Amino acid sequence: MKYVEEFNDPARARRLLDEIRAAVTRPWALMEVCGGQTHSIIRHGIDQLLPEEVELIHGPGCPVCVTPLDVIDKAMDIAARPEVVFCSFGDMLRVPGTDRDLFRVKGEGGDVRVVYSPLDALELARENPDRQVVFFAIGFETTAPANAMAVHQARRLGLGNFSLLVSHVRVPPAMQAIMTAPSCRVQGFLAAGHVCSVMGTAEYPDLAEKYRVPVVVTGFEPLDILEGIRRAVHQLERGEHRVENAYPRAVREQGNPAALAMIEEVFEVTDRNWRGIGRIPASGWRLTDAFRAYDAEHRFDVSGIRTEEPAVCRAGEVLQGLIKPTECEAFGAACTPRTPLGATMVSSEGACAAYYLYRRMNAPAPQGSRIPREEMNPVG
Amino acid sequence: MCLAVPGKVVSIDHQADPLTGLIDFGGVRKQACLEYLPDVRVGEYVIVHVGFALQRLDEESARASLELFDQLGLLEEEFGDAWEQAARQENETESEVR
Repeated sequence: MKYVEEFNDPARARRLLDEIRAAVTRPWALMEVCGGQTHSIIRHGIDQLLPEEVELIHGPGCPVCVTPLDVIDKAMDIAARPEVVFCSFGDMLRVPGTDRDLFRVKGEGGDVRVVYSPLDALELARENPDRQVVFFAIGFETTAPANAMAVHQARRLGLGNFSLLVSHVRVPPAMQAIMTAPSCRVQGFLAAGHVCSVMGTAEYPDLAEKYRVPVVVTGFEPLDILEGIRRAVHQLERGEHRVENAYPRAVREQGNPAALAMIEEVFEVTDRNWRGIGRIPASGWRLTDAFRAYDAEHRFDVSGIRTEEPAVCRAGEVLQGLIKPTECEAFGAACTPRTPLGATMVSSEGACAAYYLYRRMNAPAPQGSRIPREEMNPVG
Repeated sequence: MCLAVPGKVVSIDHQADPLTGLIDFGGVRKQACLEYLPDVRVGEYVIVHVGFALQRLDEESARASLELFDQLGLLEEEFGDAWEQAARQENETESEVR
């Protein structure tokens, strides 16, 4: 879908593109933080519709993709145990661990269940008092209130057979890590809209000021993304670096106070490893001491599992916006959704998956990542 | 994974702990936890992520979003059978992807 006519409001899309084109006088590199935004951009060909001065760098905002390999291996270890009912979001099923994925564990007899909500896992724990029900609690700030509520309810109900395997990550420390990398080319951020629905925008003014980058809170639909880009480009052209909310219909400045209170009660900030990226200080959440009894890592004694990433997979560089998926030698060859080397190829928010689904005809790009202008589809 | 789908609050069970309501996502109805929007009313639109209402949304943009999500198959991805989707991914051949 690369023609502007296919947007839900083509006239508005064209107007936004015209405004961006009129504003831009030199090259700018913007990072969209969230994997959902990346998918929307590639699916709708937004990067190809933009003036060539505006480059979109894909960010690390795919929780499934950044969950470290040793946590995935811990999940496999726990899920394969006979006493365990292992519950996960569907997105995790095909994420490759060292030698298998959850899909395979189920095939080998493990009781792996897909749940829509962590409260569904809690319900399974109530229904199966003789089984250990473990929920794979991954996600960014958007998902944290849900996972926090599940363990809060487990304690309230005294469900001793429920636990969480926690690998929660926080977006702002990752944005900071990106800005401090020596190879950083990012000049502005499209911040992840639904993260801000929960967290509000209070974490961003310092970041915008410190690194002198515009931070525009942006939604996920094609028109939302164009609006976010328009605002970021306007700021950059004027030499400004402010926090702007381009997604006010779902984001309030103060976030969701009730959800924030629950996160505060259940989780505490911790350093965390990001798959392919490495350790980022204060970039994660873990259960507080009050909820430690519900931590699956302790309950099943898997803290000893340590694993190394496969060297051939360049997902880490993709996640940091250093390369586009098509620049990886394995893309579409050794690495496909059927035989993924990294999580970015199978997650519904992974950049490699987005390029494989919507851009395969153009791949592999031999040099650089930008698609030649002559291959672009006409606008309007 | 950070997708949040707009839906209309059809009913609220005030006895439930946590507070729970029935949400209509353009025809698909599911229960969602309303604990984080405790004063939400029947008839209002909310965005829901993994079974939790996170913010209110105005009706016009909620309807527009739902229409787009439906058209793009995102509702199927969100509420469909994840095992089927994973199996499709594992079994797909070159020609089937597109």
